[in-house]
Amino acid sequence: MYRRTLLGAAAALGLAGMAFAQDDPVKVGFVYVGPVGDGGWTYEHNKGRLAVEEHFGDAVETVFVESVPEGADAERVMTQMALDGADLIFTTSFGYMDATIATAEKFPDVKFEHATGFKRADNVSTYSARFYEGRAIQGHIAGKMTESNVIGYIGSYPIPEVIRGINASYLHAKAVNPDVEYRIVWVYTWFDPAQEAEAARTLIDQGADVILQHTDSTAPLAAAEEAGNVIGFGQASDMAQFSPSPRVSSIIDDWAPYYIDRVQAVIDGSWESADTWDGIGPGMVGIGEITDAVPEDVRAEALDMKERIAAGEYHPFTGPINRQDGSVWLAEGETASDEDLLGLNFYVEGIEGDIPE
Amino acid sequence: MDLSAINPVLLVASLIVAATPLLFAALGELVVERAGVLNLGVEGMMITGAICGFIVGVESGSAYLGFLGAAAGGALLSLIFGVLTQYLLSNQVATGLALTLFGLGLSALLGQGYQGVKGPTPARLDIPVLSDLPVVGRIVFGHDLMVYAGLALVVAVWWLLTRSRAGLILRAVGENHDAAHALGYKVVRVRLAAIAFGGACAGIGGAYLSLVRVPQWTEGMTGGAGWIALAIVVFAAWKPWRALLGAWLFGGVTVLQLNLQAAGIALPVEYLSMSPYLVTILVLVLMSSGRAPGSLGRIFHKTG
Repeated sequence: MYRRTLLGAAAALGLAGMAFAQDDPVKVGFVYVGPVGDGGWTYEHNKGRLAVEEHFGDAVETVFVESVPEGADAERVMTQMALDGADLIFTTSFGYMDATIATAEKFPDVKFEHATGFKRADNVSTYSARFYEGRAIQGHIAGKMTESNVIGYIGSYPIPEVIRGINASYLHAKAVNPDVEYRIVWVYTWFDPAQEAEAARTLIDQGADVILQHTDSTAPLAAAEEAGNVIGFGQASDMAQFSPSPRVSSIIDDWAPYYIDRVQAVIDGSWESADTWDGIGPGMVGIGEITDAVPEDVRAEALDMKERIAAGEYHPFTGPINRQDGSVWLAEGETASDEDLLGLNFYVEGIEGDIPE
Repeated sequence: MDLSAINPVLLVASLIVAATPLLFAALGELVVERAGVLNLGVEGMMITGAICGFIVGVESGSAYLGFLGAAAGGALLSLIFGVLTQYLLSNQVATGLALTLFGLGLSALLGQGYQGVKGPTPARLDIPVLSDLPVVGRIVFGHDLMVYAGLALVVAVWWLLTRSRAGLILRAVGENHDAAHALGYKVVRVRLAAIAFGGACAGIGGAYLSLVRVPQWTEGMTGGAGWIALAIVVFAAWKPWRALLGAWLFGGVTVLQLNLQAAGIALPVEYLSMSPYLVTILVLVLMSSGRAPGSLGRIFHKTG
């Protein structure tokens, strides 16, 4: 798929270069960590790419490379994209951070956008979504729905983004169900259905009847479906094929408006390095339909929380919140600063176990 | 840490399931090696079986047809190896390694368009009364049919190798192909049959992952299971019953490490994740007592 797209693109560019050099479309590249058919994270980024194509028509040309490993290989792919004439490159996984910065140094005229990272440069922007807002709502539903009071959580890598999700969901599950207990398994991958399924089964074997996942495939939902009486949530994408149960709701990442904005900025020549972190309010984080498997009152509470978060009336990290070791993190009524959240590297009080180094 | 959260019954039940793909692949390779051929392409045949089985399963809607497709896919791929090594006399080690690389690439190509698709899954056995028995019910009577097929295959391979005339010929070919040839046995034909059997078994093992364990298709989803299967054959000293033991041991450590993690044991996750592989190496070192078939890996040439 990739090679064909690239060859076609290269041929098209070559022709365009000869005949009508002045009509060069803006070329936008996307680097994906999983396959576009993962049904989750990469699937949604690719939907954003397709939205860009539809919105701009012939004025923009997009290319993508899927299943690019994080690390040195990513730099090779980005360099190739820049050499092929990309004007703007979206690198859509946390682990591409250093590769993005390194490639950006080599190509000062190419604009880069790195998802979920924190390193910027004159030609590197970062963007992310406040997934933790959605996690708070998941936690609320999970705390209300669990009967075994054991909630299983499949973590990918122990980075602040994932730890934020664990903490946000735990706080809100605990708030409605003081007996709730978390079991966390780290799989050290964003996308590996075999491992994700194995982890989900293990958690279910240990009594979890709600599975939360921070990995990109639908395998945990498939495991929940097989087990019966276990619920889960769509991650990154709606995963509606598992509705109404086990998938009772979902967090949906909607990148399309942002991508269209940024491509427009490149066309207008107004692109500047920036840091964007939007949540439910601006629509970057969507909450998928809460199905009939959830009782009416729980659904109403969840939707109410969503409204209050969207309106900015409620912050999912509002004190009093203690760290795992019992020390005070946020005092009564205090909300977490973005800086704190971006570097979050501890569990809140009540979660057992250690975060792997 | 809360070890009481680990339910031993469920642990054993999931151990048996986790071991099944390894068991199929290891039994197949065991027969191949007993015929004197070293096929290092197990990983490639497994992953090809995984995608062939998934495609057939999705298109036909039947998981069992999927397993048939997987067996056919794995056997076809292994016959490439067979033709290269038996007729064109290429080096078995190099050809086997190439087969793994080829299988990984081929499966990725075939799998385009099948990512994120939901496949059919075979139903779990549910025998009234028996499946509801405490402990035994879940461990012995609560699996899908392929688990039992794997166990049956252990018996079948054991019987074939030690109790049948065909097995005697196969072993003769593996121990000393020149002598077998002098006695009038068709060395190449016997070996090709063994290779195809090995490919079919590896294919079924791979399909067990894509149709039952996950159940989904992703590139590289076998994740090194083929190599473990090769190690199990050595560990088993080329004996079917010990292959079963080896598969359970590896499956057991895999399942146990996840359970320990979920129970919050204070051991670095990295050590837990590598433990199945460490145990495999350790056991290989401690139990390297078996004797390999005499002609294993040697090229047979009629005039030789």
